[in-house]
Amino acid sequence: MIWIIKNLWLIPALPLFAAGIIAVNKQPARKLAATLAIGSLALGFLLSLCAFFATLGHHGDGVFREVFSFPWIQFGGQWMDIGWVLDPLTAIMLVMVTFVGMLIFIFSVGYMAHDDNFMRFFCFLALFAAGMLGVVIANNLFLFFVSWEIVGLTSYLLIGFWYHKPSAAAAAKKAFITTRIGDLGLLLGMVWLYAETGTLNFYDGGKGCLESGALATMLTHATIGGMAVSTAIGLLIFLGAVGKSGQVPLHVWLPDAMEGPTPVSALIHAATMVAAGVFLVARVYPLMSIGGIIGAHGVPVTTSLTVITWVGAITAIFAASIAVAQNDIKRILAYSTVSQLGYMMMGLGVGGVAVGMFHLITHAFFKALLFLGSGSVIHGCHEEQDVRKMGGLKKYMPVTFAVYAIGMLALAGFPLFFSGFWSKDEILHSAHNWPVSHIPFLLGCTGALFTAFYMTRQVALVFFGSYRGNEEITTHDHSAHGHSHSSDSHNHDPHESPAVMTVPLMVLAGFAILLGFVGTPAWPWFGGYLTGEEFKFDFSRLTEPGTLGLMLASAAIVFTGLGLGWCLYGKRQRKTVAEKDVLETAQPFIYKLLENKYYVDEIYEATVIRFNAFAAWLCDFADQWIFGGAVLLVKYITIGLAWLYRLTDEYFVNLGFDTGCEALREGGGGLSKLHTGRVQTYLRVIGVALVALIIFLIWGRKA
Amino acid sequence: MTALQACLLISAFLFAIGFAGAVTRRHAILVLIGIELMLNAANLNLIAFWRFGPHPEALTGFIFVLFSMAMAGAEAAVGLALIIAIYRHKKTSNLDEVKELKG
Amino acid sequence: MSPFFIITGIVTLLGAAFAMSLRNLVHCALAMAVAFSGIAALYLQLDAQFVGFAEILVYVGAIAILIVFAILLTRSGEAPEKSVLTSGWMAGIAVSAMVFTMLGWAVLNSSAIPKETPPAPVATVKNVGDALMTKFVLPLEIIGLVLTAAMIGAVIIALKEESKNENPGRKS
Repeated sequence: MIWIIKNLWLIPALPLFAAGIIAVNKQPARKLAATLAIGSLALGFLLSLCAFFATLGHHGDGVFREVFSFPWIQFGGQWMDIGWVLDPLTAIMLVMVTFVGMLIFIFSVGYMAHDDNFMRFFCFLALFAAGMLGVVIANNLFLFFVSWEIVGLTSYLLIGFWYHKPSAAAAAKKAFITTRIGDLGLLLGMVWLYAETGTLNFYDGGKGCLESGALATMLTHATIGGMAVSTAIGLLIFLGAVGKSGQVPLHVWLPDAMEGPTPVSALIHAATMVAAGVFLVARVYPLMSIGGIIGAHGVPVTTSLTVITWVGAITAIFAASIAVAQNDIKRILAYSTVSQLGYMMMGLGVGGVAVGMFHLITHAFFKALLFLGSGSVIHGCHEEQDVRKMGGLKKYMPVTFAVYAIGMLALAGFPLFFSGFWSKDEILHSAHNWPVSHIPFLLGCTGALFTAFYMTRQVALVFFGSYRGNEEITTHDHSAHGHSHSSDSHNHDPHESPAVMTVPLMVLAGFAILLGFVGTPAWPWFGGYLTGEEFKFDFSRLTEPGTLGLMLASAAIVFTGLGLGWCLYGKRQRKTVAEKDVLETAQPFIYKLLENKYYVDEIYEATVIRFNAFAAWLCDFADQWIFGGAVLLVKYITIGLAWLYRLTDEYFVNLGFDTGCEALREGGGGLSKLHTGRVQTYLRVIGVALVALIIFLIWGRKA
Repeated sequence: MTALQACLLISAFLFAIGFAGAVTRRHAILVLIGIELMLNAANLNLIAFWRFGPHPEALTGFIFVLFSMAMAGAEAAVGLALIIAIYRHKKTSNLDEVKELKG
Repeated sequence: MSPFFIITGIVTLLGAAFAMSLRNLVHCALAMAVAFSGIAALYLQLDAQFVGFAEILVYVGAIAILIVFAILLTRSGEAPEKSVLTSGWMAGIAVSAMVFTMLGWAVLNSSAIPKETPPAPVATVKNVGDALMTKFVLPLEIIGLVLTAAMIGAVIIALKEESKNENPGRKS
């Protein structure tokens, strides 16, 4: 299948062309824009399937990896290559991104039908798809970084899509700047990697920077603190992943990014862009995993992976606790995403590429499903986003309710039938076997409890009980969500969304159920596919003591969470909008803390932002007074010199010249007195001259 | 004192008198008279040297004086014509007042 | 150095002195004529007869008369009111004194004075005429030209300018 490898570039190129064509179209051509975008992604999906099938069937003899690169540009005497790689990681990501992207594009046709900026939206979406696919196939640090930046840029453009809303513009800026901090680490890591290994290619027939030769070199070099260079580079690259994937402490942009349209939230901040960080760690996993001891099940334990695990675990519990106290439907899902990303990182750290990627794939499907479902809910409730104002939507929007419930159960990890259970279980299983510490395992279990709890809370508040949206709102403030909806009472009831929006939901729901089965312990196809190991279908593995016990324990945790949520929110529904939350009355202090997101934003504002403002003021001061002062100094020196020159010119040159002329004139005037005009004077002079001549002649002759 | 020296002294004295008058008197015609006296003194000088010089038979000095007298006549004529013209123009023959060339 | 010579010399010098110092211009002209006559006498004594007579003809007969005519035409016959001496006349006297001193001293102390007197030359009119026509013919012709030019020039200079004087209002 060599042609697919050569033409792998088509997969990101097609959406790029689509974006370009949409961008240059002047008049609104909605059908054209939608067709181009969806068509390019559909074609990309077909090509990804070809690539995927090309990688199948190679288990047993190492990982299948085909590289295609070509020299692209010359720097001085050195040629820089560009290329792409096709291996199982790439193939599975390609299929996921194109498929989920395609479904979300179709959903957007319906969601953005009333928007005036339809064309711009699809142009940016296509551009984002191109960037994301470029990230996935890149074999070259340069191409990877360029695509990474395109992804960041389009995220900014799409979050701030409704740019005349100041909150949206601010959120876009926040996202860009926060991810930029991470990107700085990524850039430093990549530059260092290039400096150490001398090549920009990841895999290059043995010479690449992720291959054993380069890795061995980097392991032996040591840098500050006695860290191996590979650890240092790995941590720097992980910083990029922290920014992009919203790990603590750079998670603050993700909830605010919900200002963008819901398809954007679904695509970018659930399924793909935030997954890019996890993908990055998976891509450079050889770098992260070299040099450590080998733990249980052959999983390496290194400094980088330990750090990743801890960060992921903390993120998981942190975000899950915040999600318990949020009231905006999308914000709950946003914090849920942050929490699940933490799980993915933790999975990468404790279990390797297969464990983390499995959760990524399943999460992509059910989180996209949940976001699109919430979009359907918001659309049906006439742009209402506060869960306190919803309720009882089960009877108004049955299809949405059904798919949303499937997504919720998948996310919570309802045992056996939903994919979330299998993927999360893999992570917990690996965390349990982690030799370093058991705390990530405990944090993960607590997080799973919280996850089940808040999802049940959300579903109960939104779909059960009675519709609260028709009430008069008196004292409640709308600051939790920024939508321009009038606050007088509205008497329309919510309605179901059109088919163009519900069909993708149903497709995603199907996958949310089925995808779990590719990674069960009984048939670890996914793990084997990714790592090239041999595997076979074996039911008995399910009943191994460790595995079975863990499955039972996680099932118990999930049921506990579901039951608690149902008790508190399902059975005793809140009657009015303004009523206080159950937890708020029970534990007001903790609830306030969680509702305000642990005041992280405020802490950042007081420290980092203030410092930034101070630094900016300092630079302005320096610019004005020091550089400006230097310029002023030059100016005054020049003026002084000019004054000196003028002085010299006036007094020395002019005066000298004038004095000379004066002397000449006076001399001439004096001499002209000889011309008296009187003849007799002349005669006298002649007489004197005669005498003088005679004297001269006589004495001259005598001498 | 030889005869030559006597003649020369007379001519020198005559010259001095003519010169004194030319540079002392105010009237233009008197200046002309002084100039004529000076010329005559020069002529006398020439004749004296011709007579007491080495080759009087060559008549060189003699002819010279003749020409000199002719020149003196021409010069007197032109000079007087000038004086008359100036008198007509400036109504004065006072040399002190004729100083257009001053400066 | 006969006495006649000395007397003639004194007469000449006196005449010249008077010509230069008298107030009335006509008296000066007459004194000048006396001086010229004295010079002519001196010429005669120096065996330059033709020059002597030419002197009387030219100087006394023409130039003195001319000067008298000029005095007439410039109305200088009346006695002048102011001083006859020009300003700075003392410098003039001083200069002429210096001149005389120098000349006299040069004459008396010169070493080029010959000791013996050569014999009297024969300067008859015939000899003069011969010399003029043979040896000095070129200067003669030139003198003719010069005299012609002087004559014409004098006439033109002394010509009355009629156009400006007669019609002062008419633009020329």
